[in-house]
Amino acid sequence: MYEYDEFDADFVNQRALQFGRQVESRLSGKLSEDQFRPIRLMNGLYLQLHAYMLRVNVPYGCLNSAQMRKLAHIARVYDKDYGHLTTRQNMQFNWIKLSDMPEILLELASVEMHGIQSSGNCIRNITADEYAGVAAEEIEDPRVYCELLRQWSSLHPEFSFLPRKFKIAVTGSEKDRAVVKAHDIGLRLHRNENGEEGFEVFVGGGLGRTPFIGKSIRAFLPTEHVLSYCEAILRVYNQLGRRDNKYKARIKILVHEMGSEAFSELVEKEWAEIKQGALALPQAEIERVREFFAPPAYEALPEEDPDFEAQRKAEPGFALWARQQLAAHKRAGYAIVNVSCSPVGKPPGDISSAQMEGFADLADTYNFGEMRVTHNQNLVLTDVRKRDLFDLWKKLVALGLATANHGLIGDTICCPGLDYCALATARSIPLAEKISERFADPERQAEIGEIYLNMSGCINACGHHHVGNIGIVGVDKKNTELYQLMLGGSAEEDASLGKILGPGFDEDGIVDAVETVINIYIDMREPNEKFIETYRRLGPEPFKDRLYGAPA
Amino acid sequence: MPLLKNEAIIKELYTRVEGEDTLPDRGAVLVDLARWQADRSALIARGSEIGVRLTSAEAPEAIADDLSQLSLVALEFPAFTDGRAYSYARLLRERYGFQGEVRAVGDVLLEQLHFMHRSGFDCFEFSSDQPEEDWIIAQADMKVWYQPTGDKRPTATQLRRR
Repeated sequence: MYEYDEFDADFVNQRALQFGRQVESRLSGKLSEDQFRPIRLMNGLYLQLHAYMLRVNVPYGCLNSAQMRKLAHIARVYDKDYGHLTTRQNMQFNWIKLSDMPEILLELASVEMHGIQSSGNCIRNITADEYAGVAAEEIEDPRVYCELLRQWSSLHPEFSFLPRKFKIAVTGSEKDRAVVKAHDIGLRLHRNENGEEGFEVFVGGGLGRTPFIGKSIRAFLPTEHVLSYCEAILRVYNQLGRRDNKYKARIKILVHEMGSEAFSELVEKEWAEIKQGALALPQAEIERVREFFAPPAYEALPEEDPDFEAQRKAEPGFALWARQQLAAHKRAGYAIVNVSCSPVGKPPGDISSAQMEGFADLADTYNFGEMRVTHNQNLVLTDVRKRDLFDLWKKLVALGLATANHGLIGDTICCPGLDYCALATARSIPLAEKISERFADPERQAEIGEIYLNMSGCINACGHHHVGNIGIVGVDKKNTELYQLMLGGSAEEDASLGKILGPGFDEDGIVDAVETVINIYIDMREPNEKFIETYRRLGPEPFKDRLYGAPA
Repeated sequence: MPLLKNEAIIKELYTRVEGEDTLPDRGAVLVDLARWQADRSALIARGSEIGVRLTSAEAPEAIADDLSQLSLVALEFPAFTDGRAYSYARLLRERYGFQGEVRAVGDVLLEQLHFMHRSGFDCFEFSSDQPEEDWIIAQADMKVWYQPTGDKRPTATQLRRR
């Protein structure tokens, strides 16, 4: 993975010291809360319902074991002994004291981490496919460009006071695990007919109050122009994005209001002016960064490992876990291991300091000292030898990290909700816990098969409910928390937005409603048909009829 | 309001002429975009320096062909969170090649000085009781930059290649 040189280290250290000065100014009253607010946000510090929340960036989801141990240390010393994995592949801490912040930032800087731009109206942490560099079907490794974009976007002088936050995601695979079409800019790395690397560029996707699927504004952008093209998009948006209403300030509204073709024309015009300028990436610079992402020292191994086969036969729990949690690796004899942080009856994405440290040890033993965070609030070990899987599994069981629900109904995406968040209108974590308890039986989950259930505690959609196959959104109706059900969303390459089925349910009612939807699906599916495929074939009617009664 | 330029307090040379107000007999003036567009010839005929003040909704493209007549462009920050003028300043410097003064006016605060300077502003009208000290603080905060802008500070990428 990328390693800081003297410039990167100085940059982050200076920023930590600067924030120390700014906190002093705030505490002494020289800065008002209004003036301080955007400063702390741009360092990742939110004021939530009960305390400050610090969001630490995990650049495009890549972490090493020393960083994970530092996060564990911060959880233990400065927080309530746990952290929370987020849908931007970051980790956030919910109980931070403002006066501890300068010290925490210096601790983070010592392991090449920070909270810069994890909040605020600026370019947020760049996210990527969590299988980047290892997926069997990958076309190109997107991390090279994520890192170049990370540097370009860090404290960009022109784009630090945008109309609203700005999110960029990059994938290099046919299968989209980075939800690129639900981002302000989505970049899909591919090769053209001449075998050259380039990006398809999507703009104006996003969830929140007004969800949109991103529009493709360029089929092929040569990779050396990725920074200048993004600068052109941001420059158009910074000047024309709405500033009169924060709910209409995202780029998706601008693109929608002016039309993607008109928007694309402005971008192309701006880009023509700057494409040959200082942002054009020399091949040598791309190659310099690529070296950081060179494959680790893989062994030459046979594709199948006889012990692994035997262990699966002998140990049903291991067989179940292996069936659900492993993905195909590009190297023979290796596997990608998904590690679920959504155990039955627990908040999705929460991880204790002991689990963090234990997991860091496993990364050192089995995975070249590295790990990934996913936008589904889980962890990944990308490079495990198949012959090590059984030992790894036993240790994951001991850590409470061996839940076998990857891509199943128990593996929900869930925002912090009304238990933490100042914006939420309903609780979401307790509901996620109830649903995972209702479907706790692993055999039943496996029988239901691949399905994505996403839930948010309010219309701001941090839990990505619009792109869940089943989406749940909490609303407040006359001081009662109600939950609306939507079906048909997808976050993958066939991205689509779910539609609300009908009136909302109370907390118990929504759990029953989800079960009813699942039962209808099981009754009506064709052989091997996934939930989303059945829904797309049948439409919402059969689900509506059963939940709300058939029209007379 | 103190004016800071080249690390020092400077004296205001321009008389601000708001809206349709009468022009002074002589001396440099700072007018709004509408006044410049309406009274262009009369303003040039005065023979004194001319500055144009743009609101955050007025892009500098409107004066791109006039810049040889102007010695100052003032860009407004109605609130420090309104970042349009950062793009305008870069366009003035890097696209239109404007060599005169680019002044930040409005909600101009210490914490944004560095970004403003990097974007091409060289003069700041800001309400600090210690503007020179604040300038030093703002410049000391950052010594590593990743983005090439018109300010010629070397970026990390450029320094790595040396």
